[in-house]
Parts: sequence; C-alpha cells; structure tokens
Amino acid sequence: MQKIVVIGAGMASGRVLEHLFDAAPDAFDVTLFNAEPRGNYNRLMLSPVLSGEKNYSEIITHDDAWYAGNKVTCRFGEPVQRIDSARKVVISAQGETPYDKLVIGTGSTPFIIPLPGHDLPGVISYRDLDDTNAMIESSARSGARAVVIGGGLLGLEAAAGLRMRGMEVTVLHIAGHLMERQLDAAAGYLLRRDLESRGITVITEAQTKAIEGNGKVARVMLADGTELPCDLVVMAVGIRPSMQLAKDAGLAVGRAITVDAQMQTSDPDIYALGECVEFAGNVFGLVAPLYEQARVLAKTLTNQADAFTVRELATKLKVTGCDLFSAGDFAEGEGREDIVFRDPGRGVYKRLVLMDDRLIGAVMYGDTSDGNWFFGLIKDGTDVSDMRDTLIFGPAYQGGAAADPLSAVAALSADAEICGCNGVCKGRIVDAIEGGAHTVGDIRATTKASASCGTCTGLVEQVLAVTLGDDFVMPTAQPVCGCTTLSHEDVRLLIKSKELKSQPAVWQELGWSTPNGCHVCRPAINFYLLADWPLEYQDDPQSRFVNERNHANIQKDGTYSVMPRMWGGITTADELRAIADAADKYNVPTVKVTGGQRIDLLGVRKEDLPAIWYDLNAAGMVSGHAYSKGLRTVKTCVGTDHCRFGTQDSTGLGIKLEKLLWGSWTPHKVKLAVSGCPRNCAEATCKDIGIVCVDSGYQVGVGGAAGMDLKETERLCDVQTEEEALEITAAFVQLYRENARYLDRPYKWLAKVGLPWVKERVVDDPENRHALAARFELSQSIYRKDPWAPLAARAETFGPLADLTLEAAE
Amino acid sequence: MSWIDIGALDAIPLRGARLVRTRVGCVALFRTSPTDVYAVSDTCPHKGGPLSEGIVHGTSVTCPLHNWVFSLETGQAQGADAGNIATYPVRVEQGRILLDITTLAKRDAA
Repeated sequence: MQKIVVIGAGMASGRVLEHLFDAAPDAFDVTLFNAEPRGNYNRLMLSPVLSGEKNYSEIITHDDAWYAGNKVTCRFGEPVQRIDSARKVVISAQGETPYDKLVIGTGSTPFIIPLPGHDLPGVISYRDLDDTNAMIESSARSGARAVVIGGGLLGLEAAAGLRMRGMEVTVLHIAGHLMERQLDAAAGYLLRRDLESRGITVITEAQTKAIEGNGKVARVMLADGTELPCDLVVMAVGIRPSMQLAKDAGLAVGRAITVDAQMQTSDPDIYALGECVEFAGNVFGLVAPLYEQARVLAKTLTNQADAFTVRELATKLKVTGCDLFSAGDFAEGEGREDIVFRDPGRGVYKRLVLMDDRLIGAVMYGDTSDGNWFFGLIKDGTDVSDMRDTLIFGPAYQGGAAADPLSAVAALSADAEICGCNGVCKGRIVDAIEGGAHTVGDIRATTKASASCGTCTGLVEQVLAVTLGDDFVMPTAQPVCGCTTLSHEDVRLLIKSKELKSQPAVWQELGWSTPNGCHVCRPAINFYLLADWPLEYQDDPQSRFVNERNHANIQKDGTYSVMPRMWGGITTADELRAIADAADKYNVPTVKVTGGQRIDLLGVRKEDLPAIWYDLNAAGMVSGHAYSKGLRTVKTCVGTDHCRFGTQDSTGLGIKLEKLLWGSWTPHKVKLAVSGCPRNCAEATCKDIGIVCVDSGYQVGVGGAAGMDLKETERLCDVQTEEEALEITAAFVQLYRENARYLDRPYKWLAKVGLPWVKERVVDDPENRHALAARFELSQSIYRKDPWAPLAARAETFGPLADLTLEAAE
Repeated sequence: MSWIDIGALDAIPLRGARLVRTRVGCVALFRTSPTDVYAVSDTCPHKGGPLSEGIVHGTSVTCPLHNWVFSLETGQAQGADAGNIATYPVRVEQGRILLDITTLAKRDAA
C-alpha cells in the first residue's frame, strides 16, 4: 500500500481523502496530521455556530467512525515541524513519519495588523473553532462589547454572529464602503443599512491607531481620537497562505506554494492544495476552487489525467437576512454600460455591467434569486443584445413568458451551476433526480449539491419541483411526523388561531393522514393542547409516554423508579424514615441519591406503585416528577442560613420556586438551581434556569445544559427582590411553554428565537411579563396537584385484568 | 373453542391496554376503538419491553422501550424492524371481553 501523509485537516484535504477512498478503497495507507486538536469540519459553517443557529457536532464532515472505517491514522493536535524531502519523512513532536506521497494542505493564517496592543488577550482572529468558541465565550457576559476590524465577508459574518449573541458590536472598515471587493457603493450602502438596523455600528474609512488595555483588551483607539471601549477585538482583515513548512523544505514558492495543474509542487512526490497554493498567479480563498483542486489531486494520485483550471466565481454572504450576490467585474470603465434597478421600498438594488453586448458583472442586493442565471450569462459570454430591454428583470421575463416563480430555474441550461461550493450544475442534479433522488437529502447524498454552505438549498428544491412536477411537495419545514405535512411551528400556530381544543379536532381540521396519530405526534399534540387551553382541554394519559402515564420511570427490566419530591433539596428525619420504611416494605433493591438532590427508589414493581405512593403520601410527600417533561427539581445550596459566603437565602428561594412551578408540563424537562453566591455550589449556570445570588440581588440565567450538549446559561436579567425573580421565572417558563416545539429544551428553543426576543417579552415589557405569569398561574390552578394521590386510589387498574394461571391450574 | 369472560370492556381505557396473566405469559388486551379489542403477547421480541405500556395508534402499538411498532391485527413488526408477536382470538359481546382459552392452552401444551 502506498503511504500518504496529509498535513492539515481542512476542507480541501477532507475532500481529497473522500475522492481517494471512493476511487481506490484499499490502495492507500493515510496518516492525517492536524495542528488543531480535531478532524475535518465545515469551516463555512462556523458563522452559524457563532450565531447559535448550529452547534459544532452538526458541522463535522468526517467523524471518528469515518477515519476508522478508512483506516486513517489521525494525528490531531500534533503540528508537523519539518519536512525532510530528501529522506521522504515528516517530523513532528512524536518523531518521524515516512511517506511515499506527501499532501500539504496547511491552509492559511489570519493576517494580524501589527498595531500597538495587537497581542493583548482578547484580540482574536476568526479562523477556526477555537476562535469561534472564544467569541461565544466573550459574548456570554451581559453588556459585553466587541470591535470587529475588517468589513469584508468574514468580518461581517463575525459581527452578525456576535450581535445575535447579544453583544454590542462595532465594525471598523478602512475602505469607503463595506465589502468593497465584492460590492459597489450602492449595494455596500444597503448592506450597511441592514446591519445598522440590527444594532451593529459601522464606521467606514476607519484608521485604527492602537488597541489599549491593562493586561487585556479595554478599548480601540482611532486616528481621529475616537475611543471605542470593548471586551473583544476580532481582526478579520485578510488571510495569508501558510507556506513556511514548504518554504523550509526548499519547495518553490511565490505568494504561496507553487503548484502545476496537477497540484504537484516542485518536488514530484509532494503535492499541495487549498488556500496555501498559488496556481498560474492565483491564490484561493473560496471553497469552490478548493474542492475542484481536491478532485484533480485525487485523480493525479490515482494516476488519472486531469487538470485544474481557474474559473469565474460568485460571492454570497452567509448572514441570515442579508441577501447579496456579486459576480464578475463591476468597476466602471470605458466602453462599459450599466443597467440599474432600484426599489427603495423593498431595499432592492440590482446592477448589471455590460461590455460589447455581453454581461461582464452583476451586483445584487435584497433580491438575488436571478443571480445564478446572470452568472451563467457572464461565464458563457452570451450575447445579450436581444434581451437587453428586459435583462434586469431576469429569466422569467425573457420571451414574454409568464412570471412563474419556478420559470427562472426551468430556464437554466443543464450546465448552469447550482451549487457553487461543490461545483454541481443543474444537469447533474436532474440526472440524480431521474436516478431516484427525490428529496433535498437524497440530492445532497448523491451529488453534494447544497451540502456545504447550504445557501443553494432553495434552488435545489426548485430544480426538484421543476423536474418532478406535481410529485414534489416543496418542504416548508420538517413535518411533525408521517401523519402530517405540517411542522411543529405550524401546528402550534393553527391550534391557537383555529382554536382547536381537542385531539380529534386537530386530526380533522389539520388533515391528519392517520385515524388517531402515532407515538410521535400524540404526545406533542397533547402537550400543545394542554399548554394552550389549560381549562378546556383534558390531559389524555393514552397520549403520554409510559413514564408520564404511570408517573414513574420505567427501567429496562419493566420495573419502575419512585422519587418523592424534596422541596429545594430539604428533607427531614421523618421523611427519611418514611422513605426507608417504604424501601423495606416493597423490597426496593436500589436506593440512590440523584444529581438533583433527591432520593430515588429503583426497582419497584408496577403493581406496588399505588401502595408505595399511598405510604409516601401519608408521610406528607408528593411526586417528584422525575419522569416528566415538566419541572424536575430545584437544586440549592444552603445560602445565608449556614454558609459564611452566602449572600441571600438561596434555599428559601429554591423552595419557593419549586412550590411555584411543580406539576407544570413543559415542552421538555426543566431543571433549576439557586446558588447562594457566585461560587455557585448548586451549579446553577448549567441549568435550564439558574439563579445566582449576589449582594445586590439575583442574577437570572437561562438556557444552560449539561447533557448531550454542555452549555452555560445566558443572563436573562438581574433583579433585586425574590418576588421579581419568581415572576421572571414563571414568565420565562410560560413563554417557553407557549412557543417552543415539543422536545426542545430551553437552550435549543433559545437558539432558534434568540435571547433578545425572549428579553423583549419577559424583561423589557412589564405588562407582557405580568400577563405571561398570570397565564402560567391559570394553568397551575389545574396542574399544581400531586398526581400520585388520585392514582393510589385506583390501585386495581395497575394490576392485571384477570389471572388465568390460577384457573388453568385447576 | 372455549370462550371465557375476562372482564368489562370499559375496564380498558380507549387507546389503552390491560394485562391478562396466563400460563404462557402475559397477554395484553388493547382497546383500539370504542368497540374493538385485540389480544397479543405483551412481550416485545426485541428487548422484552411491555407492549401494554406503549402508545396505541390506529390498530398498532409502539413499544415503550425502543419504539418498535407492531400491528395488533397480524402481530408483525412494522417499518424497518423484523419480528412478530403472538396474537390470540378475542371477542366483545354485550360490553364484556371474551378470550379463547383453548389457544392459550394449546400453546401451553406445545
């Protein structure tokens, strides 16, 4: 087997390996070095991670199983120090690794302007996951401020992401308008206006003089004397190809590592690709040419002839809600003519640049749906003189055709590019559809179209619609389950607007395709109905998962666990005696103290449940709801009662919160904690709602998690009194109950609606807060009850209906 | 055939289930509509989950442990899962549930 060593696990090298293993599965023994302590992930998707729309696990392109399956030796977190091309080895901290062929994919490093103070802690670039995480961390403090230096593609994505995280953001840009390499001044103005409407401050023609601070960043100084206080500085002014390793190894370099059209460097056994290479005077920063290089390099390594060529590129910005597109050359010049369309009301601007009856450049803002059509005209050098009058209106208006929204895509030629990242044209997608791929997911799996940055997903859907005709239903969002085409959000909306107050009403009015739902939709609909109509709707036990129906957690052997409530984690000797007696009486095999400061009795038989509940009820205890999508526990520390550091009565507040919230049903489980001081012994900062007491009052944080995902709470607000903390909590829980989709924990819901949206309703608008708290209280008038007591009175329903073992034995 | 009275139809909640202990193991009686009852083995062939605790929809039940779905009419697992559960003859007459004791005894003998 041929030994291949790859330096750098970036997007280009990941793609090379995919092509190699596809073409020749067992021909290569690959060792993959990466300076970052992780494998390949989709760097284009760091912006959605920064903004909170995605998490890291969703952007991993190659996981451990993939590396193992292809027998790739992974050396992550281990930078290569030197290449000895004479002896054909690479040298790293662990020693020497020999190669037959070496692939360099070291990418690029961000350019840091050597301003005074550029090395202060708090100055970061925006390149990898660590940078992204550092930004997320900085944004977690309420009122934190960021300055982004650089108003290009990357800088604006960073600014938008940080703003969505709640930071105050200022963008400094040296040129006269934003993204001056991709946009003209008019489009740059619209972009600026959009960003400013989101609360981002933009300063153009900004001359940064220095970054100042004592031990960490405190402010950015501009040459005109402006002082910008901040906690974080993001430098996004450009990238430099990382070519030091190659240079030290004696390879030919220019602006980057010089390669030929087969991606070979000046050493015949060493290849390079990605942002670290220079080909025919070009260097590369967008993903499409990188993937093309990966395809060519895989061919070269498997001894097939192919050649890389430089293609025209189009640009899109991945900031949700900013719709811009640019392609070609749009500078003004002799012999060039402009066609301009503006619609100030909608914020739309389109400009086409023509020369010699051919389109050579296009800039669009606000409505970019025709971008790919214009891009095709630029690439093909089509003579546009015949359609010049209506050219700016796009393909739908050529030849007098009606303005069918799909006609633009229908009019695209087979070689029109749909997915720029992966170089997939319309023809290949149509072939895949005719080969049986009938969903966007199928198209991604077979062609990779829309699998990278995802901005062309809508176009892929339109190609599906055009090709399949009526067989394709345009997906609006993932449906609840197979019983309906409606999404959770749609169902919630319709339940409210059509005042649907029973499950049969939902099935009938919303056109369920099954007689009475399934195990996926029934619990969700049951919750939505009881949350929206607490007085009118009667909870349906038959639409609940076994644990919530039996008010105990089923174990793998069919027995149950029983956990009585201990308010705020406080118990008494009498309660403990009653729990011990119950454990003895019902032969409970395991008694466990839980993470939520309660005592769990595990291994109780179903028939015994009513009796053990009866005994616990008699000792004054009620269900601890350890099984519910509802309030679980409120964990506390001892606070001012005993602790010398305690600032407030954290135990007392915990008990009050638990008495307020217990019995309520929520989209997913809700766990709380109250810590008596910032030492945070109750671990409040990883709870769904966590309150940290301080001298001046209470810091209310929301959206923490410590399960599949680990997340720190974000600060909802600070309040001075217990009463305010209780009302804020009730209002937050009610907003979550009324709006989240079933089975989304608060942190997932928050990632969708954003903390500012929640703050507006719960913190900034006292009237709305009172209304939310009142609606919660109304619902609690029904649900703040012990579910054990009524069930204990119906013990006969927990046993078998009949026992035929006795009769058969007679 | 030898039908015996097991109990009242109303002892089973709509889209719910109750158990009958027999010498061949637990049999679950599912009430899928106001008038229809099915009798099948209570034990999921996958990991032994108690099917009587599952969510009943249409004429199917979903196992509470790992969401295998079984047709109560045929006993066949639905979708991608393969397996089946025993089904038993059951009738509803004048609000009472009748189960055929001979099928249970036959299986017992076998």
